[in-house]
Amino acid sequence: MPLLDVASLTVVYRAKRGNVKAVDDVSISLNKGEILGIVGESGSGKSTLGLSLIRQIPPPGVVVSGAIRLDGRNILNLKEHEMLLLRGRKIAFVFQDPMTSLNPVKSIGAHFVELLRTHEPNLKEADAIQRAKEILKVLGISAERLSDYPHQFSGGMRQRIMIGLGVALNPDLVIADEPTTALDVIVQAKTLDLLKRLRDAYGMALVLITHDLSIALERCDKIMVMYAGQLVEYTRSKDIQDTPRHPYTQGLMRSIPNIELTDQRLVAIPGNPPDLLNLPMGCRFNPRCSYTMIHCLDNTPLISIDEQHFVRCFLYGG
Amino acid sequence: MKRIRQSILGQLVPGLSSLPRRGSAGWITIIGFVIVVTIVLMTLLAPWISPRDPSRTDDRVIAIPPSQGFPLGTNHLGQDVLSRLFWGGSIMLQVAVVSVLLCLAVGVPIGLLSSYAGGIPDKVTSLLMDSIYAFPGLVLAIAIAATLGRGVVNMALSIAVVYIPSYFRVIRSQVLTIKELSYTEAAESMGAKRRTVISSYILPNVVPSIVVVATVNFADAILTAAGLTFVGLGVSYDIPDWGYDLVNGRALLPSGAWWVITFPGLMIVLLALGFTLIGEGLSELLNPRLEQ
Amino acid sequence: MFSRKTEYVKAVDYIDFTVMKGEIFTLAGESGCGKTTAGKLILRLIEPTAGKIVFDGIDITASRPEELRQLRRKMQMIFQDPYASLNPRMKIGDAVGHPLEIHESTSETEKRERVLNTLAKVGLTPPAQFFNLYPHQLSGGQRQRVALARSVILEPEFIVADEPVSMIDVSLRTTIIDLMLDLRSDLGLTYLFITHDLAVAKYISDRIALMYLGKIVEMCDKNEFFSSPAHPYAQASLSAVPVPSVERKRKPVELKGEVPSAISIPSGCRFHTRCSYTTERCRHEAPPLFERRRGHWTACHYEIDFQQGIRLHDIDYGNKP
Repeated sequence: MPLLDVASLTVVYRAKRGNVKAVDDVSISLNKGEILGIVGESGSGKSTLGLSLIRQIPPPGVVVSGAIRLDGRNILNLKEHEMLLLRGRKIAFVFQDPMTSLNPVKSIGAHFVELLRTHEPNLKEADAIQRAKEILKVLGISAERLSDYPHQFSGGMRQRIMIGLGVALNPDLVIADEPTTALDVIVQAKTLDLLKRLRDAYGMALVLITHDLSIALERCDKIMVMYAGQLVEYTRSKDIQDTPRHPYTQGLMRSIPNIELTDQRLVAIPGNPPDLLNLPMGCRFNPRCSYTMIHCLDNTPLISIDEQHFVRCFLYGG
Repeated sequence: MKRIRQSILGQLVPGLSSLPRRGSAGWITIIGFVIVVTIVLMTLLAPWISPRDPSRTDDRVIAIPPSQGFPLGTNHLGQDVLSRLFWGGSIMLQVAVVSVLLCLAVGVPIGLLSSYAGGIPDKVTSLLMDSIYAFPGLVLAIAIAATLGRGVVNMALSIAVVYIPSYFRVIRSQVLTIKELSYTEAAESMGAKRRTVISSYILPNVVPSIVVVATVNFADAILTAAGLTFVGLGVSYDIPDWGYDLVNGRALLPSGAWWVITFPGLMIVLLALGFTLIGEGLSELLNPRLEQ
Repeated sequence: MFSRKTEYVKAVDYIDFTVMKGEIFTLAGESGCGKTTAGKLILRLIEPTAGKIVFDGIDITASRPEELRQLRRKMQMIFQDPYASLNPRMKIGDAVGHPLEIHESTSETEKRERVLNTLAKVGLTPPAQFFNLYPHQLSGGQRQRVALARSVILEPEFIVADEPVSMIDVSLRTTIIDLMLDLRSDLGLTYLFITHDLAVAKYISDRIALMYLGKIVEMCDKNEFFSSPAHPYAQASLSAVPVPSVERKRKPVELKGEVPSAISIPSGCRFHTRCSYTTERCRHEAPPLFERRRGHWTACHYEIDFQQGIRLHDIDYGNKP
């Protein structure tokens, strides 16, 4: 049984101007220890998807259909107090902006101790502090800094602290939403290395949400490409690299500069990202696709190319 | 100049017509508008719709309660309260309009120039404005009005002086933000003269806030004008005026003649409320909460 | 009113470079390294504390406002945030035409004509439709094109582009970049391109200068920069850039620590606190930006073999190529 099983999840934002399907019929299957990359540009719905996994979709968003099963249990059916037990313990979320996610008036030691003792009430303070020190060691931060406050750390270190807080309770699943966007490229590489090291050490599953396909290809086992709220391609990273099937994925691969190549010919995807309030009929990528056919005006089904490769495109069937 | 006109009109008309669709904030604004427009019309049309001459005294009908012939009763001089209601808003509205115009003419340029220029002039001006702002408004207005003497313009002047710092502050905070935005930098990098940057890039984006402050200014001006009249610094006693009626009505209250003070008082409150609603509604509309 | 001890931040500390006509010179580096400040200094949007800026043979450092205004016709800037660089109250047509209003006295019809032409040139077609729109009706990519249109309408010679594609979707970046390249050939432009994204820098540049904490640490031709960087920071940065490849060939270099605060800049070589090849000399003596090979400048005391990870020998500063 997979650790995380998302089945046809749909999340809608009910706005005054209309309803926006931020996540439309998305399914995920993730096993323990796997790293999944969710790749998408602005408006793709990837952040909403991430937040729905811990049931923290900001209002006016609501889940309208589908299921999210963690170890077989549908978390959408849980009451809030049951969800509170899960968050941090079984699922952890690392937010994008480390600047505002830490409490400025609490030392980082206090952050860790509070987290640990909330979920393990019998834990003595001294033991909690000891555990915190061990975590800091894994993060590469000196144990003496336990009493320092967030503003005394740099952006990269704060992000690592956030990650540390995320894994402190040894969760089964960690979701990181653009964990490296605000960081410089060297710190970014170190942070991603850290995530991988933690995965190797603790065996958790990792969901990496990013707009950077290169990061996903380098670091993830499987990749899910999202466009305008829909899952358009889902397969092993190697397949995305070697045989991208969906025209959007192909377009992405052709448009990103590769620093190892010289004299690259880059090709942009024509057109603009869709207005989520005014989606095109049928396939949402239709207006920008070079392979468009009459079929494409119908709702596109998810086709299975092999047991691990799925594409939402009429080119492959339907 | 053309651009300023363009931007104000360009936003006002579509803005007004879209009000009903904008939810509760839109309705608040509409209600406010309706109240204000009704009262203004009533005042403008007073010569034609007023049932009697508001200044005509009549010894025979002193302080009679609401009844036939005098729907809202009469005051201590036998004057018809209802007619005085129609006529009485005139002074107050004039004062409010003049004071807002003065504030706009003085407060806006000072606010724009000072905050855009920055440096010592800005520091000095801010200090001056903060000092005025620190005074309790009505007290300061009374002090100035007492010095200047009676008259619509003098009243408006004293109110304007009290209110200009509010305009200054609002504009300043807006300008300081906008100054840092790329489009202002872009204008500077194009070689636009300072005057152009302020008039075409900063002012049009500050207009919404100015509109909000102006409407609240109106409301405040009404109340302050009433206050000034109440303490005896109003315009001449001969002209029908709600503020003056408050004074008279107060004197009559102990004898049980509640109608003399109540109706003018209600009108003042209503007018101020109308402006306040417009201001609140516009404030909501122009600074909408970001939706997902 | 009360005096306060102010700490000075040298955002840009004694940088020295030349941009050739027609080239795309990239100023690269992480946020906080001073590259954006450098760009604004060149256009004198920020006043330099010291130094000289020479444009087209003319020293513009001390130019008076009137002269500067004339110069602004020839030097333009494009900003990073397409959502903040256009006046929300100005129609696109007016925004793009504003430089014409400022610098030339053209008739309304002629102005409109030129604006429409320029809109077409940047790919906003049909131009007449875009003319009447407001910024909030356009996407980020379209807005950036408007910004480009606005900066080229006077046919300038030099454009400083500050992270022009960082806030645009990845799949659309190359449209803007290619547009910039087309405009270069079309109008004979010279660009100072500022970016933190080395992959983009590789795609667009002719020459690159890498900045760290306010100083240039390496400056050379594009190909040399990417194939044989000499400065440890350059080498580390290049190896950390993500590559769209599942089988990653390079191992990332372990670089200690993080960028120090600009208020307390390390002594000697600014990079010594993080460098794997630091020596005592590096702690005390700041290396000059030295031309090791023709056109290749590096600010480091040593020649380093990155493959083997060892310092080879000292640089002889007396020996110019």
